Amino acid sequence: MAANPKVIYMDNNATTRVAPEVVEAMMPYLTEAYGNPSSMHTFGGVVGQAIKEARGKVAALLGADPGEIVFTSCGTESDSTAILSAIRTYPEKRHIITTRVEHPAVKNLCETLETATGHKYRVTKLKVDAEGMLDMQEYEAALTEDTAIVSVMWANNETGVIFPVEEMARMARQRGILFHTDAVQAVGKIPIDLKNLDIDFLSCSGHKLHAPKGVGILYVKRGTLFVPFMVGGHQEHGRRGGTENVASIVALGRACELAMEKMDEENSRVKKLRDRLEEALLTSIPKSMLNGHKTLRLPNTANISFEYVEGEAILLHMNQHGICASSGSACTSGSLEPSHVLRAMGVPFTAAHGSIRFSLSIYNTEEEVDLVIAKMPTIIANLRKLSPFWKG
Amino acid sequence: MWEYTDKVQQHFLSPQNVGEIEDPSGTGDVGSLACGDALRLTLKIDANDIIVDAKFKTFGCASAIASSSVLTEMVKGMAVDEAAKITNEDIAQALGGLPKEKMHCSVMGREALEAAIADYRGHTLPKTEGEVVCECFGVTDLEIIRAIKESNLRSVEEITNFTKAGGGCGKCEDKLRALLETTVGAKAQIVIPQMPQKKMTALQKIKKIEEVLEREVRPGLRKDGGDIELVDVDGDFVTVALRGTCKSCSKSQTTIKEYVEKKLREFVLPSLIVEEN
Repeated sequence: MAANPKVIYMDNNATTRVAPEVVEAMMPYLTEAYGNPSSMHTFGGVVGQAIKEARGKVAALLGADPGEIVFTSCGTESDSTAILSAIRTYPEKRHIITTRVEHPAVKNLCETLETATGHKYRVTKLKVDAEGMLDMQEYEAALTEDTAIVSVMWANNETGVIFPVEEMARMARQRGILFHTDAVQAVGKIPIDLKNLDIDFLSCSGHKLHAPKGVGILYVKRGTLFVPFMVGGHQEHGRRGGTENVASIVALGRACELAMEKMDEENSRVKKLRDRLEEALLTSIPKSMLNGHKTLRLPNTANISFEYVEGEAILLHMNQHGICASSGSACTSGSLEPSHVLRAMGVPFTAAHGSIRFSLSIYNTEEEVDLVIAKMPTIIANLRKLSPFWKG
Repeated sequence: MWEYTDKVQQHFLSPQNVGEIEDPSGTGDVGSLACGDALRLTLKIDANDIIVDAKFKTFGCASAIASSSVLTEMVKGMAVDEAAKITNEDIAQALGGLPKEKMHCSVMGREALEAAIADYRGHTLPKTEGEVVCECFGVTDLEIIRAIKESNLRSVEEITNFTKAGGGCGKCEDKLRALLETTVGAKAQIVIPQMPQKKMTALQKIKKIEEVLEREVRPGLRKDGGDIELVDVDGDFVTVALRGTCKSCSKSQTTIKEYVEKKLREFVLPSLIVEEN
């Protein structure tokens, strides 16, 4: 790699920079305040107090009660906990509804439940249209008495498309069906107020909102029956055994507090940056197109396909300028097929292989967007010169 | 992130001989947009059968572009007969190696070269013969057999890395395994016993499982100071407990799934699911 001290980080749906304020908040719990929050002495007790405060901050961001928040190790653990809890609560129900565009944390769990049980479980994967949106009639028809749980992501990690989970949860509740949402990409980017919603479980991950990796949240609505995934000590009110990851929990609390403060900025300044980047690239680069709904989308995400060129090659050229992003191309994943999300949307192979996801954060600047806008057309044009399919 | 050699980086960032030769002596077109990579190689060959010029156009990832670029460098100045002997391994070696998942990029280079030489000589390619095994990427049995032989492939995963066959829907996996077995020959010598035709009673099943554990599984585990015990059989679910060194082994889950379950499926019932107590 050519040395490039300046990194332009536009891969925030993959992970985010830990906010300096967050690092500062967690440091004492990595150094002098090392007590066990379960201990009887004050030395541990003050640590327990810090967790309590963090729980309060997380609850505030989600519009939840602190008692509804369970700290976990990551988004995937939260997803597994919620879905497995539902099927253990209702062992007679053998049907799960999810979508074709879920994150592997939900997708692969559902597929495993199907295959590893010899198809005792049946999974309906809802279709999406060309803009990545669900068909609510298909959803309504899929809800049956046999359905144990519905698991639908709040916002898609690849395209940023937002699903109508509030409405979908209401429809599930009316039929007595549990509803889980993987909100890993939504929390901190769009306002969420769980108080008045019919969502039973919500998963969230720390490292997507400027907290460190290795900490997550599962929201469990008060009154929703719950079977723990990790069985052990009495931590988290018996809902998740295991000594608390104190420093990261404190960090996540601080990150949620910051997210609340920055929510407006995310939806105004960051959104403007994203829109400017998107419009400039779509205008200046021929045969480029947006993947996902134009407006029902996270404020930070733009997934753009550049036809007749391949994603990995684009990313490596961007890397030469220190620009970090992701691609739905087959070659970047080590698999031979492009992203399941883009394929579910029916994005043609010619475009799916050349898709690039830009995901911004509050740390991005106008200058960075200017640089990306300046560099991208040359990168794409140079690769197209190599492409046997480009007749431009 | 892939670990690419400096040579791959160099050929990717500054590819050599990009373009198409006007009025070429031979053209090789392989791959397609849908497959995610494609290469058009054009050669200029003089009256003495020497390749005097080579140019390429490639749609694909860094290793596809680098493989194409290095290939044009390799063949320039070479006699056609010599060039025809270039293998995909030669291409990968010229790049200082490729990640194993990217070996198919070097295969694409070799295929394009072959196609261009065949075009020059007025031959048809073996690729047009043979039967398509992998529908997703249009790979024929002849191509797969050739890759198995040339690159000494020993697993279905390796076949996918080299030819892309099996990398899409995965439906051809059994066919790939069969091709591997007939080509390599080694596996074919293992006698696979007849599967029981009748439904076994629970008692018969338990007896049979005990028998297979004793004969096929225990000797291997004991060699490493471990052992296995049958705990319960409930329908297709077989519960076992690992003992001795196996008990605390970090790979116990792999032992159960990859070793115990495979043996029981092979010798007792293909539907069995083995779980640890």
